[in-house]
Amino acid sequence: MLLQLLRRAAGGLAVVAGVITLTFFLLRIAPGDPAERLIGPTATAEQIEVQRHALGLDRPLAEQYASWVGRFVRGDWGTSIATGRPVRGMLATAWPATVRLVGVSLVLSYLIGILIGAIQAVSGRRTDTALSVATVTLFAMPGYWLGLMLVMVFTYWAHLLPAFGSRGFDADFLSPGARFLDALRHLALPLATLTLVGIGGTARFVRGAMRDVRQEPFVVVARSKGLSPSRVTLHHVLRNALVPVVTLLGLSLPALFSGAVFVEAIFAWPGVGRVLVEGVQARDYPVVMAATAVSAVLVVLGNFLADVGAAWVDPRLRLRADLA
Amino acid sequence: MSRLFRDGRARAGTAVLLVALLVALFAPLLTTIGPTVQRDVVATRFLPPLARDAHGVVHPLGTDRLGRDVWSRLAYGARISLGVGALAVLISTALGIAVGSIAGVWQGRIGMVLLALTDFALALPRVVLLLLLAALWQPSALLVIVVLGVTGWMSVARLVHGEARSAVSRPYSESALALGASRRRLLARHVLPNALTPAIVAAALGFGNAILLEAGLSFLGVGVQPPAPSWGSMIASGRDTLVNAPWVAAAPGIALVLVVVASTLLGDALQEALEPMRDSV
Repeated sequence: MLLQLLRRAAGGLAVVAGVITLTFFLLRIAPGDPAERLIGPTATAEQIEVQRHALGLDRPLAEQYASWVGRFVRGDWGTSIATGRPVRGMLATAWPATVRLVGVSLVLSYLIGILIGAIQAVSGRRTDTALSVATVTLFAMPGYWLGLMLVMVFTYWAHLLPAFGSRGFDADFLSPGARFLDALRHLALPLATLTLVGIGGTARFVRGAMRDVRQEPFVVVARSKGLSPSRVTLHHVLRNALVPVVTLLGLSLPALFSGAVFVEAIFAWPGVGRVLVEGVQARDYPVVMAATAVSAVLVVLGNFLADVGAAWVDPRLRLRADLA
Repeated sequence: MSRLFRDGRARAGTAVLLVALLVALFAPLLTTIGPTVQRDVVATRFLPPLARDAHGVVHPLGTDRLGRDVWSRLAYGARISLGVGALAVLISTALGIAVGSIAGVWQGRIGMVLLALTDFALALPRVVLLLLLAALWQPSALLVIVVLGVTGWMSVARLVHGEARSAVSRPYSESALALGASRRRLLARHVLPNALTPAIVAAALGFGNAILLEAGLSFLGVGVQPPAPSWGSMIASGRDTLVNAPWVAAAPGIALVLVVVASTLLGDALQEALEPMRDSV
């Protein structure tokens, strides 16, 4: 088991290294010069050259890469070309916001999604169809559009919830209790958007997994032993259907993070996704590199945890790993 | 096929996709005014649905901030959304079939490398890559197609690989090899025909996903560029006018959801029709 985990961890590190390398070279071969962008269209060729030298962009690619990796590993992530702020500081304030949003939404969408999928798997045809229509619609909905519609209803029509940012302008002057409430109110719409979209996919998957498990011989045995339908559903079907669901949890993290990029853009949520989008738009190399690396680490870490979770849910996986 | 069309989901999905396709093809006949036409912005902007403007033109879905007809933009935008989605899926399916079936037939070193590559690509944050690629080069429809195509082949490759492996281990493949058939012949005669089924299902499901992603990129401004109408950029332009003209953002979003739901339903139905053993209880 330990060996298996170590092997997975090494694989995860390889993915992160690959993402960083890929991003580095993609950024460098793409047209567009950050130095030119930094000092504006009126710059002379000489000024651009000076700026390029200052940013180290005039050195050979391999050398730039080696020195960048060296500094990155030591924790020196450079300063943003666009804002002049240290990149590490920007991301240090950004990643908790993303983890908060994605983490809570992950838990909620899985709990609700598993519940809906399980209800569908055991209920009659009409309920099943109705819920299928609902979940496939949620599944098909682009998060940014759903977000806009929620803003339209809850912010502009009902004047109930704030639509932008993670805290009010007056948050610093509120009492701790009121500040918490303020944070919750700001979290509500982005969280609802991300969760609703997530529920669709999870419920569809759980429904399929439960229907597959229901055909297994051990379910037939359990039923013919005279166990009550609810006991068969809970202890035999759902429990086994959850194994692929936990694996899906890991695989859906990249998608969830992708969704968060859009949702953060809509709600001006101060997370990694927004830093990334703004960095890409400004061609801010150090910011894009670091934001990509952080998002890759988050995704790989999530996959790793899901693997551990799957082994925990299903003893057979542990056994197989030991034999391998 | 007849089995497929006894399924209500397949019928509904096909019908919606067909309508969208017809609207895209016959956009010029179905609209009274071009998608980028602006006349007298102040007098024609933010007209509600079904309003008649000062020039006597009726706008079935109203007008946007620049007085452009929302229905016309939606119809012409369907060309871009459906076209980009279809071409991107074509690329990713072809790539996926190639990688998956080659890895299934040549299971030695080549297969290992291809599978490792697939796993690696699957772990990449796709939207991050899309953003990078689309933003760094000059944004265009062609770029979006290529980028969606080369980042979407992994699930197809995995499905096809599973199917190919099982086909290779069947007695008919072994006997073909024993009779002296080359691996290439095995690939063409025995593996590819079997691998097409999962590829078709994955393509139907991937089509909706590609459309969503294209709209997402256009929404962030790194996809199809204005003034060309794309559903994603229409939603983005409606973002600032949610209060006084909600139809600008609502219409393309509803169209998007309908098309994606349709392709997902069709994919689901295809999957069940092509794998009759599953879900028969």
